[in-house]
Amino acid sequence: MKKYILKSIGVFAILFAFTQMANAQSPQKYGQVSGSFQLDAQLYQEDSELGITAEDINGQDMRMNAFGNIIYRLGNFSAGVRYEAYLPPLAGFDTRLEGQGFVNRWARYSTGIIDVTVGNFYEQFGSGMIFRAYEEWSLGYDNSVDGARVILTPMKGMTIKGIYGTQRFFWQKYEKNNRGIVRGGDLDLFMNDIFSGLESSKTKLTLGAGLISKYQADLDPIYKLPENVMSWSGRFNLSHGGFFWQTEYAHKINDPNAINDYIYKDGQGLFSSMSYSQKGLGFALSAKWIDNMGFKSDRAVTGDALFINFLPPNAKTHSYSLSAMYPYATQVNGEAAIQATINYRVPKKSKLGGKYGMGIELNFSHIRAIDKTPLNDSTSIGQSGTLGYETKFLSIGDDVYFQDLGIEIDKKINKHFKLIVSADMIKYNMAIIEGHLGEPDVDAFVWVTDLSYRFKRKHSLRWELSQLLTKQDQGNWIASTLEYNFAPTWFFAISDQYNYVNKDGVIKYTNENGEVHETEFEKLHYPTIAAGYTKGTTRVLLSYGRQREGILCVGGVCRAVPKSNGFKITITSSF
Amino acid sequence: MKRLSIVLALILFTGVLFAQDHSGKTLPEVAVKTITGESFNTADIDNDGKPIIVSFWALWCHPCIKELTTIADVYEDWQEETGVKLYAISIDDARSTAKVGPLVNGKGWEYEVLLDQNGDFKRAMNVNMIPHTFVLDGDKNIVWQHTSFAEGAELDLIEIVEKVANGEDISGH
Repeated sequence: MKKYILKSIGVFAILFAFTQMANAQSPQKYGQVSGSFQLDAQLYQEDSELGITAEDINGQDMRMNAFGNIIYRLGNFSAGVRYEAYLPPLAGFDTRLEGQGFVNRWARYSTGIIDVTVGNFYEQFGSGMIFRAYEEWSLGYDNSVDGARVILTPMKGMTIKGIYGTQRFFWQKYEKNNRGIVRGGDLDLFMNDIFSGLESSKTKLTLGAGLISKYQADLDPIYKLPENVMSWSGRFNLSHGGFFWQTEYAHKINDPNAINDYIYKDGQGLFSSMSYSQKGLGFALSAKWIDNMGFKSDRAVTGDALFINFLPPNAKTHSYSLSAMYPYATQVNGEAAIQATINYRVPKKSKLGGKYGMGIELNFSHIRAIDKTPLNDSTSIGQSGTLGYETKFLSIGDDVYFQDLGIEIDKKINKHFKLIVSADMIKYNMAIIEGHLGEPDVDAFVWVTDLSYRFKRKHSLRWELSQLLTKQDQGNWIASTLEYNFAPTWFFAISDQYNYVNKDGVIKYTNENGEVHETEFEKLHYPTIAAGYTKGTTRVLLSYGRQREGILCVGGVCRAVPKSNGFKITITSSF
Repeated sequence: MKRLSIVLALILFTGVLFAQDHSGKTLPEVAVKTITGESFNTADIDNDGKPIIVSFWALWCHPCIKELTTIADVYEDWQEETGVKLYAISIDDARSTAKVGPLVNGKGWEYEVLLDQNGDFKRAMNVNMIPHTFVLDGDKNIVWQHTSFAEGAELDLIEIVEKVANGEDISGH
């Protein structure tokens, strides 16, 4: 124990010395040190109503995720380290995260023309359809590349990127053949800078192309697998005044893997979005079509780890708790999606807009399967070791995966009151999205009102009331939060989510085979109290209470949040 | 025990951070994108020697949008009084890039909006949670920063900006 305390004091002393040094010295001479850290810890309690027993907790009643980043910068040079600890990881995070140590270390030298990074880096080519390395703390997601990256800017408007390395896989160090190697390049050309004649043109055009190749040895006893898998994409960005259009097409050669169940089919995808806006009015439309585009640096791995590419879901990210109950996650084996959003500001001093105006947002997204047909009579769709199936480019299938039609209105009523009202109709294909085969689609209607009342210059109350209505899954919910804020330092909140299911608490459905399923739910409350303190960039959040079971999604990657009861603390800071 | 010692080190460290004064840090050089998709170097964030606000936000972050909407109501006055310019850095990924422009225009925001699709600028600025707002002085030194937003927090922000514009000391904040 003594050893650990000494060690921690040592780490602390180094950090302290660094920050003091950086503060005391002029940045031009000795460089700048900056950093950040966060700690999320939870104390788990038994809760017989929620069905959480001592066995579930299994002695690990306290869990913690934490990280610390330090970045040093001097002129064109910068370097950094990242430390992480999961002791053990919070419930719902991948258990393979358990451990502690320095996960990232990197150094970078960058002049106007050349920019070199060695060590761990994050990068994205185009919209990420063939390559995106990034991290998302709240999900425990990090697919950073350990290797080298070079970015060249030989002339104004031209960017050439090259990357080479292996991806992070929890705490497992790279060793020969334990996962693949990723390498690739990207070219980005901003035409208006390259051709002097276009310099003053109001029409702006960017062209780009990227290529990624993964090498992984074929050690499979049954199949002969491609050891080098290449994926490429081409893209453009066009804008003219308030008009904007971007499109990327991506292709991947045959890549039998655990996600597509080892079929030898090529993959392809198209992602296009367009928008037009002028003051007070905006319109955006996007479409996506993908087929067999799951791409990982280890073909045998499923789940969220080791993804090389990123396929964004075409659906709105909801931030109110009940609206976010049924979030969509991209189906990499094939989906066709369309999304439209309209933003309109009713002008000030109009009849509807009142003194301050009023904002309206309409949102619609619709996602379905692509049309897959069998190769021949003797092969089923997606059969391992075959070409899998046939599909036409941009084909649309019968199954609906997800739909969301919603409206959100925000209005400042007077000096004291602000109101946000939203309503969403959501269709959620639980069998596909969560892999619970046989479960019926969820049709849910959610409404939210969010009222802020500022009663003194820096004192305000916020009251949120929402309801989710559905005949499937766990039935109906009602939720309310009352929050008191003393800006910018303190906040206190009390909230409850009540799963009142329906009158008799029974959810019934008949599946395809005519079998009747009946589940009786206990009507449960999920009360929570919370308090927060913020000073500058340091924020301390405490909460106590029940957490409902759910899915947390950020950028289309999701993790399950199990139900729990207990005391939670978050400390976050940066300098 | 390991866990306890790490918690201890971090808590000690928090104490240091609370006690931090404002050091003259500058903006890192990171490639981001403009709202129309062109490349933009964050070292080019500039306001001719007048104060700058850099605010990280995203479409899915209600407090962020509240903060930027609240400031939008008084932005004209702020600009008149202090000459301040606000850079709103969206950390939305490729999923929502095309929706940022319509939202900004739909809300009638007059800010400089940049897209940090892969979070490179966010990481270089050590932003853990959003909203996270920075104030830069005329020499583009980061002199103040704050996370979270609640009604009334904009009053502190403008107070800082006014002091920075007048060259006053803000070490008490």
